[in-house]
Amino acid sequence: MDFDAIISNLPLYLKGLWVTLQLVIMALAAGFVLAVPVALAAASRNLLVAIIPKAFIYFFRGTPLLVQMFMIYHGFAQFDALRESFLWLVFREAYWCALIAFSLNTAAYTAEILRGAIEQTSFGEVEAAKACGMSKPTIYRRIVLPSSFRRALPAYGNEVIFMLHGSALAGVITIVDLFGAAKIVNSRHFVPFESFITAGVFYLCVTFFLVWLFKRLEHHWNAYLRPRETIAVPTIAATAAD
Amino acid sequence: MLDLHGYFPFILKGMGLTVAVALLSLLIAIFLGMLGALAKLSSSRTANLIASVYTTLIRGVPDLVLMTIIFFGGQILVNNISDYFGGGYIDVSPFVAGTITIGFIFGAYMAETFRGGIMAVSRGEIEAGYAYGMTAKQVFLRITLPAMVRHALPGFGNNWLVLAKATALVSVIGLHDMVYNATVAGGATREPFTFFFVVALLFLVITGVSDVGLRWADRRFSVGVRRD
Repeated sequence: MDFDAIISNLPLYLKGLWVTLQLVIMALAAGFVLAVPVALAAASRNLLVAIIPKAFIYFFRGTPLLVQMFMIYHGFAQFDALRESFLWLVFREAYWCALIAFSLNTAAYTAEILRGAIEQTSFGEVEAAKACGMSKPTIYRRIVLPSSFRRALPAYGNEVIFMLHGSALAGVITIVDLFGAAKIVNSRHFVPFESFITAGVFYLCVTFFLVWLFKRLEHHWNAYLRPRETIAVPTIAATAAD
Repeated sequence: MLDLHGYFPFILKGMGLTVAVALLSLLIAIFLGMLGALAKLSSSRTANLIASVYTTLIRGVPDLVLMTIIFFGGQILVNNISDYFGGGYIDVSPFVAGTITIGFIFGAYMAETFRGGIMAVSRGEIEAGYAYGMTAKQVFLRITLPAMVRHALPGFGNNWLVLAKATALVSVIGLHDMVYNATVAGGATREPFTFFFVVALLFLVITGVSDVGLRWADRRFSVGVRRD
């Protein structure tokens, strides 16, 4: 094992880490914004409203992210009308293509998680809101969505980690993210073990941070779902949760 | 509708390889997953530790990074061992590297699924087995294993669907699967979108067929369970 090349290339790895984080955060933000309306429409009982969002979710969850990214990055060049329009400024850049593919992919997964959570909303909560005289949009804004987000939190945490791992694919289409940085170090110094393991360690650290973060978030937002702590008999589970 | 310029058999050939990689790595994953689950549930602390390190590391690092580590690194490792014993240069084929890597990765996910399944088997059934005088091995093979399948099946199905999609990554290490073949055909015909779209549809075929199979298995293994 020879880690000299790694140490001298540490700034490259850090730059790659920054690109990875950028891609993941922006894709998650865009994906979430897209996922909420898609999930609401997919949870609709009206088949005409639900069919298109459901097809979107089915397609993006059923096919590999790599193929989705290739369809946008390599595939869109096929359409002359697109090449000649101003949109080509976006689609000729690997960075934007990856970001669009990641956003659509995570939007589909997030929408499916949210759809499940929305459909699980207990009738009692909605009925109580109706009895209080709330309008439909108000019920969604105050009751259905907040409680769905809480229920969706554990599954969403997994999705965030999957997105982080999926973002390594950006390195395949010339983007210098963490994986791309490892590829460059490997080709310059021919140290495959060391270069990719270093990238792996970075990914592992980010993953651990995300696991910790979502534990904190769940602790806060899902506090009402935690097992009750009794003062008289502190249970082992309650102490471990602290 | 979709004019493939006679490249469809070429894509289907790639699909055959994709399915082969997926099924072979599934076998490896089931084997490693079972070992991992038993290690996690065993009373040996060393076994617990090894299994925990395995599942944590694998689930914390992207599959693409693991694949390159095993593909490039494994190549060097194998040749170092070969050198040590005075052997010649051994070429690790991308097929072997890809299959082993995917099996190794999903073994970690399977381990968690199987562990949950084994833990869900009711204590009474296992005790009844011992009461009949079965050995621990017999109890495992005759009672725990058949009974855990039902509990592990939903998680197993999810893992399989993710695994099938993960096989697309083997095109990155140069294996001629359907994604790789689509890249070639798309380049030759200057219609890459068409070919990647066809590949996406073929993946939907794989997941669709799997869905039907998994639903059948779920019914088959839940025969003895009362449903509302």
